[in-house]
Amino acid sequence: MEYLIGIQGPDYVLVAADTVAATSIIQMKHDHDKMFKMSEKILLLCVGEPGDTVQFAEYIQKNVQLYKMRNGYELSPTAAANFTRRNLADYLRSRTPYHVNLLLAGYDDHEGPALYYMDYLAALAKTPFAAHGYGAFLTLSILDRYYKPGITREEAVDLLKQCLEELKKRFILNLTSFNARFIDKEGIHEVDNIPLAKVES
Amino acid sequence: MALASVLRAELAEFSPNFPKNFPKNFPKNFPEDFPDDSEGIPEILRDPPGPPRVLAAPPWGFEAEPEGPGLQILHGTTTLAFKTPHGVTVAVDSRATAGSYIASQSVRKVLPISGRMLGTMAGGAADCAFWQRLVARQCRVQELRNKEPVSVAAASKLLANLVYQYKGLGLSLGTMLCGWDKRGPGLYYVDSEGQRVAGAAFAVGSGSSYAYGVLDRGLAAAARSEEAACELARRAIAQAAHRDAYSGGCVRVMHVGPDGWREVSHHDIAELQDKYLE
Repeated sequence: MEYLIGIQGPDYVLVAADTVAATSIIQMKHDHDKMFKMSEKILLLCVGEPGDTVQFAEYIQKNVQLYKMRNGYELSPTAAANFTRRNLADYLRSRTPYHVNLLLAGYDDHEGPALYYMDYLAALAKTPFAAHGYGAFLTLSILDRYYKPGITREEAVDLLKQCLEELKKRFILNLTSFNARFIDKEGIHEVDNIPLAKVES
Repeated sequence: MALASVLRAELAEFSPNFPKNFPKNFPKNFPEDFPDDSEGIPEILRDPPGPPRVLAAPPWGFEAEPEGPGLQILHGTTTLAFKTPHGVTVAVDSRATAGSYIASQSVRKVLPISGRMLGTMAGGAADCAFWQRLVARQCRVQELRNKEPVSVAAASKLLANLVYQYKGLGLSLGTMLCGWDKRGPGLYYVDSEGQRVAGAAFAVGSGSSYAYGVLDRGLAAAARSEEAACELARRAIAQAAHRDAYSGGCVRVMHVGPDGWREVSHHDIAELQDKYLE
């Protein structure tokens, strides 16, 4: 039902998520933000079971902030991704595993941009592009076909729009609104011209 | 700071590790030495042999609703709330059902949390009443400590974090916290799955989909005045009660404004339906 997508370029990461919060057949909220800001240059996109998503993402968020307070510098995206995966793995075989699927996107001043794919079984993979949800079945092949390593920001936004158009065309659920953000060395920026983004309440 | 100390100090007795309904003679090495007491049961009705299979992950989604003993549950209900520039309008029905039996037509499904905040009740009546009363107590303590009324966001986060600790253990709660704080009108939906969302309009319960239909279509016009908003709320509940067998009784409309909450009206649904559907 929920959809996440990330595309990494040479000096940025573009991430987008749908903004629907639903319970069975009812859409309770159409402008729900599924991106959690870990630090100035790291975003965690989190979908899955209601309750687990917010609780897990806020737990990781507070721990990343605590690291910064204790040590005086921020966790890198790689370290944050591995920390997140470690927590998922530790809770997996407990009485209360977190059923969440994540994309962690960040920009490291030394290593550059990074996109990490994690799922509820605590898998972790650093990939140039990734998607979660039923929509991923329809859009991963588009990313395979049209992605190239030196992809520019305009091309990345076009590729994202192609993926969202494909969902609009072929996905049985009507995901009407998305929000998208860029992460680069200046920080996190909103993307304004995503189609289907304007829905009147 | 104060919020954290409220949680830590007052909740030792409600530790999630030992919920009150945990059976006393629960075997220490579950699932190995689970007692087999099926002697008196005919073969055909017994459980399959071996210890109960324990899943790696607790069931969620539809499987998470356990078929408990005959609790008086209020899934059969319609409650709604929406924000307008004048405040938050809340409307609830008053029917309680146990299966197909109507246990009561006069249940109070709105619980006061503070002078400026209301909580609605859907799901398990006891769950809603108990946990909202607990949150009301914590809100009062926080108000006394901080000398400032507690915000709707904080109260809803308190409730969501409390019920999250019991996730998967059978709590059933679908509540809307409606209030007025320094940011203006506030409306949050919190449920026992752990979901907590803020929004402009919600409907909860078995009749919620019917209520949404009438509510969404009339929301633009309802912002004109408080009377229009209350009439819309009343109409939505009446229409939902017409279609949903598990909603009915009477519709109670409340309003939360900057000066606090008050009950606006109280009508019998059968009389309202005669009036609307003629």
